[in-house]
Amino acid sequence: MFYTSLQSGFIGDFHFNWHFANYPNAIKLHGDIYVRSLVYAGIVTVLALVLAYPVAYWIAFYGGRRKSVFLFLLLLPFFVSFIIRTVQWQFLLKDDGLILGPLKRIGLLPDNYHVLGTSIAVIAGITYNFLPFTALPLYVALERIDKGLVEAGKDLYASRFTTFRKVVWPLALPGVFAAFLLTFVPAVGDYVNASILGGPGNTMIGNVIQTTFLTNFDYPIAAAMSFILMAALLVGATVYAKVLGTEDVTAGAASG
Amino acid sequence: MSSTPRDPAAVASAWQELGDGTAPPPKTPSSKKWTRFILPTYTTVFVLYLVVPIAVMIVFAFNTPAGRYNIKWEHASLDAWRNLFSFPDLSTSLKLTLEVAFLATIFSTILGTFIGLALGRYRFRGAGAMNFVIFLAIASPEIVLGSSMLTMFVNARIPQGFVTILLAHTMFCVSFVAITVRARVSGMDKALEEAAGDLGADPRTTFFKVTLPNIMPGVIAGALLAFALSIDDYVITNFVAGSKSTFPLWVFGATRQGIPVQVNVMGTLLFTFGILIVVAQLLASRMRARGDDKRLAQDKARLAAAQAS
Repeated sequence: MFYTSLQSGFIGDFHFNWHFANYPNAIKLHGDIYVRSLVYAGIVTVLALVLAYPVAYWIAFYGGRRKSVFLFLLLLPFFVSFIIRTVQWQFLLKDDGLILGPLKRIGLLPDNYHVLGTSIAVIAGITYNFLPFTALPLYVALERIDKGLVEAGKDLYASRFTTFRKVVWPLALPGVFAAFLLTFVPAVGDYVNASILGGPGNTMIGNVIQTTFLTNFDYPIAAAMSFILMAALLVGATVYAKVLGTEDVTAGAASG
Repeated sequence: MSSTPRDPAAVASAWQELGDGTAPPPKTPSSKKWTRFILPTYTTVFVLYLVVPIAVMIVFAFNTPAGRYNIKWEHASLDAWRNLFSFPDLSTSLKLTLEVAFLATIFSTILGTFIGLALGRYRFRGAGAMNFVIFLAIASPEIVLGSSMLTMFVNARIPQGFVTILLAHTMFCVSFVAITVRARVSGMDKALEEAAGDLGADPRTTFFKVTLPNIMPGVIAGALLAFALSIDDYVITNFVAGSKSTFPLWVFGATRQGIPVQVNVMGTLLFTFGILIVVAQLLASRMRARGDDKRLAQDKARLAAAQAS
């Protein structure tokens, strides 16, 4: 049902004539933006993984009886609309806002320093919005690890670091893959952050697709663009899922 | 949003706490070094970082800006709370959002429960394809879903508006409900249904008296997830909404000039309701788990008494 909905009418909505030229056109016009989206999403995903891993690790291994409280805290952002959260960051990061204002007053930053409208703001915004998606699959994977194995590592005189590297890391790797997928894919397609926090130089492929569809009404090109994005991501995601099994990935999504 | 896990260790510790009021001693021996503070501190900072925008939203809900828009802190008041509906467009969009969310939750929960049941219980032709489609719907970026639904609606000549928003929301919520229910169904003991059949229950009675109560926590979790997703959706709605505007759409449109305080108030209200519902659900499932423990203990005691005599 979804799959047909994804396929129907992608090529030549106006006159269905196998107009494949839409595809090279889309890439020629917006190739650099595809690359930018992939780069941004890549940075976001790595950043989110690095930020979230220690937290997931600590909650899974040392959270004790308050585990569910910590998980609840990780989920708090989901109770506020995505748009409102992003708007609040725009508000916080304004040139004379709550964060930059004081820093400028005490002279830590030059007066003309700004964050909004730069790639930093966009990347930070996307990272913020997808952090829970990264943290939860990591947590699920780390939680499943038999704590006895870690004990065994210690008993066999492995240092904490060696235990982590040889026992915990490999066992939690599926969680890292799931987290990667669940962060990277929506991050590539995101355009809300780019349009609220970014400037003209930070447009992502989502922005272009949206404008082409809803402002220019150039459905064929827009559909081709969106199809390229989907195909690229799905080939990656499917290979990923075939290797790792879809249940784990979707289970991670469900716990979000 | 899942129910309390019934793993033996958790049950044991909960029971111990209930029985004599003592919590079990912490299992992990902590080293005496200062390094053991790094991760807890980091986790706290991480959580604070997640909460910052929410805190800003709530604090500024009590602001009284000088102009029409909530840009600078002036002084605290309840003005916006009293004049919550002073922006007619905003109120209409919130109403539409809630209507769509309620209906989409109902439709997608019914559909998704059956899909989840089928996938979790039976092996049938096309089950693999079904799983893959659900995976696709969750794994593809929203913008792709939104744009493909728009092309679909345009091709089918369905005018964009309430119907298309509702259809789109139901479609993307179904897969989330289905996987939540599927997880619950695969964890359910098949023998229960067979036992009901053996005791002479017809399939309908079995479904309503055995299957449904057993998967209920999964269904409720799926429904809550669907509601939360529907209320918050911007990207897909933006594509299929036509001239209609939902709450996220209105807020996004307003970012260009500035957001009125009423948006913060509504956000705060939605946030509070969301938290209340989830806390209520957690408490309910904890009470159920405790009831199970009690019954288990009573059974054990009875068994022990029977053996002793």
